[in-house]
Amino acid sequence: MRFIFKTDYDQDIRLVKHSGQAFWYGLLLLVLLAAPWLLGEYVLSQLSFVLIYGVAGLGLMVLSGFTGLASIGHAAFLGVGAYTETVLTAHGWPFPLSFAVAAGLSAAVGVVVGLPALRVKGIYLAIATLSFGFIVEEVLARWESVTKGNAGITVGSPQFFGADLGSSEAFYFIALGVCLLVTLGVMNLLRSATGRAFIAIRDSEVSAQSMGIHLAGYKTLAFALSAAIVGLAGALYAHKLRFISPDQFGIAQSIDLLLLVVVGGLGFVHGAFLGAVFLITMPQLIALAKDVLPPAIGQATGLQAVVYGLVLMGFVLFEPMGLYGRWLKVRTWLQLFPFYRKGMFRRQKSYTKSERLK
Amino acid sequence: MAFVQLLISGVALGCIYALIALGFVLIYKATETVNFAQGELMMLGAFGGLVLMKSAGLSFWAAAPLAVLGMLALGIVLERLVIRPILGQPQFTVVMLTIGVGYTARGLISMIPGIGTETSTLDVPYKGQVLSLGGAVISVEQVAVIGMTALLCGGLYLMFRYSKLGLAMQAASQNQLAAYYMGIPVRRLNGLVWGLSAAVAAMAGLLLAPITFVHANMGFIGLKAFPAAVVGGFGSLPGAIVGGLVIGLVEAFAGFYLPEGFKDIAAYVVVLVMLVVKPNGLFGGALRKKV
Repeated sequence: MRFIFKTDYDQDIRLVKHSGQAFWYGLLLLVLLAAPWLLGEYVLSQLSFVLIYGVAGLGLMVLSGFTGLASIGHAAFLGVGAYTETVLTAHGWPFPLSFAVAAGLSAAVGVVVGLPALRVKGIYLAIATLSFGFIVEEVLARWESVTKGNAGITVGSPQFFGADLGSSEAFYFIALGVCLLVTLGVMNLLRSATGRAFIAIRDSEVSAQSMGIHLAGYKTLAFALSAAIVGLAGALYAHKLRFISPDQFGIAQSIDLLLLVVVGGLGFVHGAFLGAVFLITMPQLIALAKDVLPPAIGQATGLQAVVYGLVLMGFVLFEPMGLYGRWLKVRTWLQLFPFYRKGMFRRQKSYTKSERLK
Repeated sequence: MAFVQLLISGVALGCIYALIALGFVLIYKATETVNFAQGELMMLGAFGGLVLMKSAGLSFWAAAPLAVLGMLALGIVLERLVIRPILGQPQFTVVMLTIGVGYTARGLISMIPGIGTETSTLDVPYKGQVLSLGGAVISVEQVAVIGMTALLCGGLYLMFRYSKLGLAMQAASQNQLAAYYMGIPVRRLNGLVWGLSAAVAAMAGLLLAPITFVHANMGFIGLKAFPAAVVGGFGSLPGAIVGGLVIGLVEAFAGFYLPEGFKDIAAYVVVLVMLVVKPNGLFGGALRKKV
């Protein structure tokens, strides 16, 4: 049992709240740094994917989890980042520079989407982003002089002033570095005035507006930041896959990203990473289960879709706070044992809040 | 004559979009939630018809009503099992939930041995027949789509205008609380609305099946019905029909006159333009959010 005595206002916004956190996150960082020497080739590659999807998930989390704007077209930003990186790498740009340009271009596209999206909310925004996602996918497929169209394009390995960083260990460290920077950036954002404005907008637009938050500006900023982070993830994704084609950035990928944030836990930084772990390990668990299940079910092509659908429904219905919310409950139960009460995390009783004024 | 043919095929496609959009709007008006699984409900309806005809050996005229009734029941069950428990949560929650329902439905269908992964044809009695109208060749399938949509719209209009059930649904969609105080069982009505929209989707599926094919991914056409619903204004039933026709026509003409690739995204370009110019759609009123 740990008691935290608040003696300073800075304690509320400190990144590391207590020594326990410092110990565990430090340990995690050490393990991640030592991973290339501890893990085999295959596991390391999966870990790189977790880092990439974690970054992408953080990007979507900034928009959906913290600002409360739904997007069903986020794979488009992944695509913009990936293709920018591919083209720039082919021109021999060093990776820090090309990553920055990929993020910047993606952010610019995000602003363009954000502008019409500001006029609409709720379901209209979801449909606007959905439409945008389809349009970007089609543009990537048709702009053959740059993207080589549906045939796909091969991605070179990251360059750094002549040094070729193509080995999987080097890529892992690049991904880890980007991931650390983005995570720290997002956590810093959340304790700044901007991040608090995002959360205020999520909780109530009207109240946020009446507290003097400029809705249009902050929503555009959220779109831009989110797109930039997802664009970075896209640049990493391109290097990891080494071969990209437009259909990897379609609606299925967008829904995978949504699945990631919802399963991980909307509104938690941890959620993005737990969701990424889920998204990467799930297909493998399904592959393992295939051997156990009777062939009629195990060999069916739709098994993965059914599992994803059921998991998504299950989380929305029974654990809306996602995996991280479940962990919070378990942790609280352990901390308070034997005094945990059943309703401690119960959501406020909610009524059907009409958006109509009639 | 290409123009007339394009017009007819555009209207026919538009009618399919309109029927799916009608399902969205029915549900949106009643519960203020959006059903992302509407396309999958359509797919289930088409597969229902297919299974009844192939495995049970029924004729089309017996299988089609049975499939529609089955989907009506499924819609009601779906609302009771997964939608009602989270009613009142933010819209985004229901969006995620119905995406999950759609995934599950698609996966389960593709698990059916024999027909799940196949692309099959639905043998309707009027398959392959054509009408020639002053030089233009028009397939009966498209005429059937247009005729059935018109009939269905007429039926829905009469229902909402004159039947007790329709009036109660209108009342509940305008103000749930007031309707509840007037003794209208709002929750039961919501279930019926889901059933109704699933039935409409099933009809769309049965009408679309002869034109395209029956396969597990045919529900993706539902994603094109969103633009239709938005163009018409999300809360308006006539708007859904008009929006569907607009999208269908734009797509048909874009496919013919514009370079390759524009056909698939024409609907989305239209909806983005619409959201910028007139976010509430052609028929939607200007609404402000309550605090």
